[in-house]
This record gives sequence, C-alpha cells and structure tokens, in this order.
Amino acid sequence: MQKLKKYAASKAGRETLVSFGIVIIAFVVMQVLLSLGMVSSLLKSLLVPICAYVIMAVSLNLTVGILGELSLGHAGFMSVGAFSGVVAVTCLSGGGMPEPLQLAIAIVIGGLCAAVAGVIVGVPVLRLKGDYLAIVTLAFGEIIKSIVNVLYVGLDSSGLHFSLLEQKFELAEDGEMIINGAMGVSGVSRLSTFTAGFVLVLVTLFIILNLIHSRAGRAVMAVRDNKIAADSIGISTTRYKLMAFVISAAFAGMAGTLYGMNYTTITASKFDFNTSILILVFVVLGGLGNIWGSIIAAVLLTVLPEVLRGVGDYRMLIYAILLIAMMLFNNSPLKQRLLEKRGMKQMEKLERQEKGGA
Amino acid sequence: MGFLNHLINGISLGSIYAIIALGYTMVYGIAKMLNFAHGDVIMVGGYMCFCATAYLGWPTAAGILLAVVVCTVLGVVIERLAYKPLRQAPALAVLITAIGVSYFLQNAALQIWGSNTKSFSSVVQGSPIQLFDGQISIAPVTLVTVAVCVVIMIVLTLFTNRSKAGTAMRAVSEDKGAAQLMGINVNTTISLTFAIGSGLAAIAGVLLCSAYPTLTPTTGAMPGIKAFTAAVFGGIGSIPGAFVGGILLGVIEIFAGAYVSTQLANAIVFAVLIIVLLVKPDGLLGKRVSEKV
Amino acid sequence: MAMLEVTSLGISFGGLRAVDELSMKIEEGGLVGLIGPNGAGKTTVFNMLTGVYRPTDGGIRLDGQNLIGKKPHDICKMGVARTFQNIRLFSNLSVMDNVKTGLHNEITYSLAESLLHIGSYRKKERAMDARAMELLDVFDLGGVADYKASNLPYGKQRKLEIARALATDPKLLLLDEPAAGMNPNETAELMETIELVRKKFGVTVLLIEHDMKLVSGICEYLYVLNFGRLLAEGTPGEVLSNPEVVTAYLGE
Repeated sequence: MQKLKKYAASKAGRETLVSFGIVIIAFVVMQVLLSLGMVSSLLKSLLVPICAYVIMAVSLNLTVGILGELSLGHAGFMSVGAFSGVVAVTCLSGGGMPEPLQLAIAIVIGGLCAAVAGVIVGVPVLRLKGDYLAIVTLAFGEIIKSIVNVLYVGLDSSGLHFSLLEQKFELAEDGEMIINGAMGVSGVSRLSTFTAGFVLVLVTLFIILNLIHSRAGRAVMAVRDNKIAADSIGISTTRYKLMAFVISAAFAGMAGTLYGMNYTTITASKFDFNTSILILVFVVLGGLGNIWGSIIAAVLLTVLPEVLRGVGDYRMLIYAILLIAMMLFNNSPLKQRLLEKRGMKQMEKLERQEKGGA
Repeated sequence: MGFLNHLINGISLGSIYAIIALGYTMVYGIAKMLNFAHGDVIMVGGYMCFCATAYLGWPTAAGILLAVVVCTVLGVVIERLAYKPLRQAPALAVLITAIGVSYFLQNAALQIWGSNTKSFSSVVQGSPIQLFDGQISIAPVTLVTVAVCVVIMIVLTLFTNRSKAGTAMRAVSEDKGAAQLMGINVNTTISLTFAIGSGLAAIAGVLLCSAYPTLTPTTGAMPGIKAFTAAVFGGIGSIPGAFVGGILLGVIEIFAGAYVSTQLANAIVFAVLIIVLLVKPDGLLGKRVSEKV
Repeated sequence: MAMLEVTSLGISFGGLRAVDELSMKIEEGGLVGLIGPNGAGKTTVFNMLTGVYRPTDGGIRLDGQNLIGKKPHDICKMGVARTFQNIRLFSNLSVMDNVKTGLHNEITYSLAESLLHIGSYRKKERAMDARAMELLDVFDLGGVADYKASNLPYGKQRKLEIARALATDPKLLLLDEPAAGMNPNETAELMETIELVRKKFGVTVLLIEHDMKLVSGICEYLYVLNFGRLLAEGTPGEVLSNPEVVTAYLGE
C-alpha cells in the first residue's frame, strides 16, 4: 500500500503547483518593479511579447517534444491567431464591452481559428513521417503567410467582407478596412496588457502540464516513443497525433492574438519562417519535452539581445552557433556518458536490491 | 506566344532548381539527412563569384572557379564539423543542426557583406535570341543554364553508375555498415558527396544570380527550400527524380505567377508539393521504404 | 466454436509468398505454440492477426467476428494483444506509465478531464495506478515502477512488455519469442509466469518460439510453420516425432 500511495499523491498536481508558484512570483516581482518605476521602457515594451513567446515555445514543445514531430511552420498558426483576433476585436469594438473582455473573446476566437487551421494542416501532414513532415509544415507556414498577404477584410453595417488578391468589395460609408493585403492591419487599439499575457501563460501551463500527466498525454507520448506498439495496445495513433497538433496550434493562435493586439500595425511577414525557427530555438535550447526549459529559454532569449544592444547585430549569429553547439552537445559522447551513468545507477540499484532480496 | 515564353522561363528556373536539387538528393541519398544549409551554400557561391569579379576584377571564369572551390571546401568542412558527430543521432537532431548551420551562414554573410542588395552582373553576356519576329525571346543565360543542368545530370548519372567512387556512394547509401565491411571508406565517401553537392550549389548560385541579378544573404534560402521541394517531388535520393522535379517545379512556379498571381506563386508551389506527397509519399520516382515490425 | 479461427490465410509481398494456406483453430483458454525455423513466416502471421499487415487472402475470426481489414488499435479493442520480437516499449516513459498506457481503453475519461483534471480524473488515475501496480507485481516489477523503461535490464523489459499487453485485458495474447535472449533459468521462470498468467487472467495464449524443446514443455498444441506453409500440427509429442518436422529443423 505504501508504494501505491506514492503514485496516488499525484506527482502531477504538485509539479503543476510549483510551476504556477514560480510564474506567479515572477509576475508579482515584475509588478512591484513596474510600480517602483525600476523597469526600463525597453523591457516594459517586451513584457507582452515575452508572454507570447513563452506560450509559443510551450505549445511548440507539445508538438516537437511531447508528440515528437518537427514543425517548421508554427508561426503560421500565430499569424492566423493574430489576424483573426484583430478581426474579432474590430467586430466587438463599439459594443461598449470592457476592453479585457474584448481581448479575452478575441483570444478565444484566435485560438479557435488557429485550431481549425491546425486541423486543416494536421490531417494531411500527420500522415507523413520525419523530414517530409517537417518540410510540409514549412510549406504550410509559407502558404498561410502568402494567403494572409493577399487577404482583404473589411467591416461595415452589412457585416464582414472578404476577398483575395485585391479588394473586390465596396464598403458602406461607415465601413472600415481591417486587413489590407500586404499592408496588413493598421490602427488597431492595443488591448494586450502584461496582466493578460500573464493570465494566458498560466492557462497554457495549466492545460499543457495537465495534458502531459493524463491518459491523453500518455497516449501522445506513447505514439512518440513507439507508434507500432501504441497501435498494438489500442491507441488510435492518428487521433492522438492530431489532437496534440491541434491543441498546439490553438495555443499558438492565442499567443498570436496576444502578440498582435500589442501593436498598432501588423503584417503577415512578421510571422514568417524566421519566427518559426526562433521559436524552435527556444524549444531546442530549453530541452525537447522540457516545458520549464522552453519558458526559461523564451524569456532569456527575448530579453538578452534587447538588453545587450551591442551584440544585437550578432544576435542571430549567436543563436545559430548556440543551436549547433547545443545539438552537438546533446548527442555527444560526453552527454551519452552522463546519461548512461544515471541509467547505470538505476541498474546498479536494481541489482543491489535483487541481491539483497535473494 | 506568352505561353511559350512562360514555358521557357519555367524550364530555365527549373534547371537552376534541378542543379540545387541534385546536390540535395545526393546528400540525402547517402548521408540520409536533409542538409538544410544547402541553399545557403548557393548564396556563398554567389557572393564569391561577385567579389572576385566586381571587387578583384578577376575574369568571369576565375570567379566561377573560386566559387566552386570555396563552396566545395565549405561543404566538406560543414559536414566534418557539424554533421559527422551526429551520424548516430536521431533525424530530428540532425535536421535542427542543419537549420542552425543555415542560420549561421546567412548571418555570417550578413556580417561580412551587409544587408544591402548587391547587383550581380550576369556571367553570360549577349543579347537575347529573338524568334517568331521577336514574339519569343530567349536570354543567353537561359540557354546556358539549361545546357549546364543537362550536362550535370548526365555526368552525375554516369559517375554514380560507372565509376568506382560512384559505386561506393551507392553502396554507402544502401547500407553503411555493409559498405564499411567491404572496405569502403564511408567517411571519405560522405565527404566526397558533400563536396560534389556543394560544388554544384556554387554553380547553381552563379546561374541563379545571373538570371535574377540580386544578391542578399537570404538569396539562397527560398531557392534552397524550393529545390528541396523539387527533390522530394521527384523522389528524394533519385538523380533523374531531382531533375524532373526541378524542371516541373520551375514551370509550375512561373505558370502560377503568370496565370494566377505572383504573390501566390510560392503558395501554389508548396500546395503542389503537399498534394504530391499525399498521393505519392515517396515522390514521382522514389522508392518505398517501410518499417519492419 | 473455436476462439480464434484462421482459414487459408495467405500474404504476398510483391512476388514473395510469405505465408500460404495457413489454417489454425485455437480454443478458449488454450496455450498454443507457433513454431518453425527462422524466416518461416511466424511473425508475419502475428502481424496479420493484429492488423499490421493485411492478408492477401483467407480469413481470421475471433469469437466469430471478422478481423480482416480492421485497424491494429481496433483489433486490440476486440481483445487481441501482443508483444514484439524486438522489444517495443515506450522507452522514455516510466515502467508504471508503460502499463498505464496499456490501460488506455480499460479505464477511460474524457479529453476535457485530461486537460483540466476535473471530474473523475483523480478517481480514475488512482484506479489506473492500482491496477497497473497489480500487474507489475505479477511480473515482480513493482519495485522498479518509477524507473525509466529503457533503463531496465533486458529480461525485465520483456516482462514489462507482457504486463503492458495484459493491461489491455485481452482474450488472446500473442507472444513473439518471449524468451529470446534469456538464459535457461530466466526462460524456465518466464514459462512458469506465462502458465500463471493464463490461469490468473483467463487468457488464451499463442506464442512464437523457434526452440521446439522450450515450448513442448508448456504448450498443449503446436503448429509448425516452414516456408510460410503449415508443415505439421498436433500435440508436442506428435509434432516432435514427425520426421518432416525433424528434417525442417535439422536439414537432410
């Protein structure tokens, strides 16, 4: 019974609580610093993007680390979230709704739209394997960018108007353009706040950590570790792959809305391949499958280069070197030996126990 | 006649993709890795040729030679430093490393040459050939590009099928372990593959910049990705596949730009890739490999 | 009616006929061996029974229900579980979680409960822990429940794979060379465990082995496969004295 208790005590719950504690403390400290006026305007302007990048990194980690499939088009879902969120807010504004509520609804709509995009992308993509899968996610990312780039959306009293390639609709007098092709969105009110970002980070953490410690999460990790074995014990591999991918896309969409609503102008080119790679760098440096690593990497790598303006030019060069060095280290004999040592310790302990028992 | 002009432009662009795709496909066939940095080697080739001719005043041929030599060495060095330690690592790790190398090359170029666009003067001079009273015009660089591509394809096919080193490559591609037991030096063979692939990338770089005379640190990125698409399209690992895939992709891209929208040309190219992979996951001329249970 | 009925089963890969005209009948509660030299097509038979490969012809029925054309995870839900010749564990998950994953369709709760940890999440997770620990104890793995699966020694990995298969509460358990790589002592111990499992869980067992002596001890009935065809069948005594079987194993 002793043994059982250890599991029933729900390691999962404790881990989630600790994570929450740390994020909340970080938020409170930041708020105090803000109220004391000890935060530079530069850092202040980074607070919302940091939250968005943290969510992006955690959600991409769900695809790359937990599901084990490389996605090179994650920024595409961010884009869908950002633009659909703006459309949502434009529709809501003027209704007398409080701003935080508008933002919340926009985030939910952004997440839903990205989830739909996730289904559209995921159904074909997840049938592929390895490098092919990666390159097709890249392709989808580029397709999303190209389409948003030629998308025209306007709103007037008769409702929303959409067209591709050129503005093919006439707006009534009171109407306004929301998305203007390659010019993107301009003149939206900046609704995102640090507090909103913080709440969204908490929600993301709550759901993703819960998922990992649940029946569905185990099924996803089983598919990652051995698809054929997962199939053999009754797990529908396509279903759980798609589920993880869509959840990941949905959070990317929400992060996109949060990010988009932090600026007055956004264009599709902001969410390109480079952004996808940047987020991948966060995930890889933080450690595949390691949610905490993703958060720390996202925060540090967003803040550091901005703070160290001098190296700004070399930022991407340093990222590139870090990325290569990290991969080489992770797969180096040195790391293998460290891991083996840990594994050996478990084995040795096991042997000792057996000897002791016999 | 517009159709024929587009077709010619498509074949020209496709020939460049094909040359890049040949490099991709050879490396993939032998090292079983997606060398994401291949496109950036193209860019380095372009800059090398540019510097030699524009800054140093070297003759064109010397510029091309420099580009080929530098890229060949660069390819081998990249393989030795970044990819060789990862031979036993999971595919995901190798791919991420390759993305890192790609970023490194782009940003190193940015530091060295700056972000300003360099205007590259074509290595093939001469006035366009006019046909049907000028309704069709073919730039000399187009003819050269297509010819170079065909020659490279034929030479590579002969090389892999007839020469001893080529046979070694095919053996390594089938089974590294067995090849090693047969006395083939696997490391040398892989290095040779990278050398050939990167040398081809340099030629592709010079031709690309001649046809589209703007040179920036990201010049190689998009063509690189598209050439990979072409290689997958044709069936990765297959030399004729890369050729066919490259030409088809170039034609599709030019037609999509001409008849649908230039802004959507890339999206259409990628959509075609996705459809091809779904219908025929191993590409047009690829081999099926399935996991043994 | 037999529990598992295989009729004239056959499969071709390109021009190669890997299995041909194979018919088998396994009664409920039986412990049956599928034996044959290397490359005889034994694992291919398992792959067809579990839906990994689709047979070119013939039929497979479990309790009268057709299995042909069903997906592997659906066949598992119908009551067929298996292990693999080359062990396939979820190597990054703990020993405990490997078995809990096996309980995927036994103890279920919704996706919302997974994501929010609401409703029956806690109750069901506890039930899973209890059930998994019970299974692990059968195989003497309770003490290593929180070890990473890939850190277990080989013999324990094989046992864990059987425990995971049993977690799906199968009617029919397919074991693919369960004793491969084990020393004689471990093998004898494993065979005892298999007997025990059959009684305790009321499961029918079909096991692959190419060492005939090993299976003749515990199996009630044997099917001998050679070059994809059924060479002989019968009780171990009958099969072992069959001259054709002896030739297939030892050559002329």
